[in-house]
Amino acid sequence: MFSGFMIDAWTVASIVAVIAGLVGFFVVLRGSAFVAHAIPNGSFAGAAGASLLGISTIVGLGVFSLVGALGIGWLGRRGRHDVVTALALVMMLGLGALFLSLSMAYAPQVYSLLFGEVLGISPNELAPTAALAVVCVLAIALLYRPLMLSSVLGEVGEAQGISRWRMEMCFLAVVALASTMTVPVVGTLLIFSLMVGAPAAARSFTANPTRAMALSVAIALVTVWTAIAASYTTNYPVGFFVGSVSAAWYALGRLWMAWRGGTGART
Amino acid sequence: MRGLLAGEPLAAIIASGFFSSEPVQVALAVGAAVAIVSGAVGVFTVMRGQSFAGEALADIGATGGSGAFLLGVGPLWGFVVMGIAAAAVMELIGIQRPRGRDLATGIVLGAGLGLAALFLYLDATHHDTTGATVTILFGSVFAISSSTIPLVVALGTLALGIVVALYRPLMLSTVNAEMAAARGVPVRVVGAGYLLALAISVALAAVTIGAILSTALLVGPAAAALRLTKRPGRAMLAAGVIGMAATWLGVLLAYDSYYWPPKEHGWPVSFFVVTLIFIFYLVSGLPARWRGRSRCSRDS
Repeated sequence: MFSGFMIDAWTVASIVAVIAGLVGFFVVLRGSAFVAHAIPNGSFAGAAGASLLGISTIVGLGVFSLVGALGIGWLGRRGRHDVVTALALVMMLGLGALFLSLSMAYAPQVYSLLFGEVLGISPNELAPTAALAVVCVLAIALLYRPLMLSSVLGEVGEAQGISRWRMEMCFLAVVALASTMTVPVVGTLLIFSLMVGAPAAARSFTANPTRAMALSVAIALVTVWTAIAASYTTNYPVGFFVGSVSAAWYALGRLWMAWRGGTGART
Repeated sequence: MRGLLAGEPLAAIIASGFFSSEPVQVALAVGAAVAIVSGAVGVFTVMRGQSFAGEALADIGATGGSGAFLLGVGPLWGFVVMGIAAAAVMELIGIQRPRGRDLATGIVLGAGLGLAALFLYLDATHHDTTGATVTILFGSVFAISSSTIPLVVALGTLALGIVVALYRPLMLSTVNAEMAAARGVPVRVVGAGYLLALAISVALAAVTIGAILSTALLVGPAAAALRLTKRPGRAMLAAGVIGMAATWLGVLLAYDSYYWPPKEHGWPVSFFVVTLIFIFYLVSGLPARWRGRSRCSRDS
């Protein structure tokens, strides 16, 4: 389980878990679960487009997730946020369907893009994933204070000259960045459960933001490690384990909160 | 652009054999039924800010579809049963504040997608049908068999019936939940009933026209309609009309696209319909914008 190609899988998956835990914390704090679903899911079209044009998948994913994220932010100024997110998502998926039909990609490829292929990670994916992860962590470190303030107390942030809309755009760009690096590893559909399940559980255990963030990363790591180990031994898809373990964490968090009488951060 | 072109002399646009082809007839009929139901349900979805629930239920329906495939029963039942089950779980987690509600939806969606990954994997290994993934997730209007039409109509009527029966209390609790509760409306029960209607309508749409189009038809026409008129009843009508127009034009363009490059290979219907709906949505924002601008200039 820990030899040869599996080392790469463990490394990359751990990087992904750290990023998902960090970015996911803000996703949960801002209640942006839909956006966290839409951006990675829609970026699938970018991968399909990249295979049609014969360029690198990660470029396609990056372009589509960034355009999608900024599109949501821009249109969201004038319309209902969830409506705009839904429409941007279906528009990207529609394009994805077109690219797929034009390139006639075969189904297993689609499956691995949607549900990920941690165990099939190649060593040359390690460097770009790590590089993007560093950028992502830097961006979060840089945005930490204003983003936190703007997410929790929007009006106070505005009074201090932190534009809520600008913060929203920054946040969306970070989600896009995180999607780009994580989608090839865990798939468009399951990065989402990692980004929502772990931080939501963490926030029911502690109300302190810094501690919740650390806990969120820890839970994401444990989730991913459990999922890989289980997938390696049972041969079932890793996405299934990521999805169910994340949901179990959330259930655990809710139970804890009910037992403690709701002292954690209410989400 | 192409959507606008179709308004020109139709004879030049409609390829020969369009109306006599059976798959086209079925696609037009089912598309219209789904568009009308989605339009009516969608107005409430948009007003209540539950687009994410609609999208999640469509994706989770795919879990049911792949599970049904595994058991060898009809996919429609898989979509409907799984959709209702997921809606029930969302309701049970039951967080009423919008932020928390999206989170609960997300958790259910994540778990559902995990199950979908497992089912699709089992489908592929047990039945050697790798194409199932694409069919279940993307659907195809042209692949509906005409025998499902009665069932589609029945389920659509059921969803519409729930919305109509709940119309007044639902509207009241959507606009102002506290006032509705004060007037004795069981807000939570009404919300659950509405979620049931949403689950049925989304499952219906997802299994016939695919998960992408299901969300598009649910949210897009209703959002566009609500930008044109503030009256919910009128908005429902307008949403149905917009949805039907987009679906029919999309089917027509997809039919025509067999003659476009690459040759002998049509473009997917979902792409056309989604693009048309997106254009409708963008255009629907223009009147309010003009009005707003003229008001601004008058004020200044």
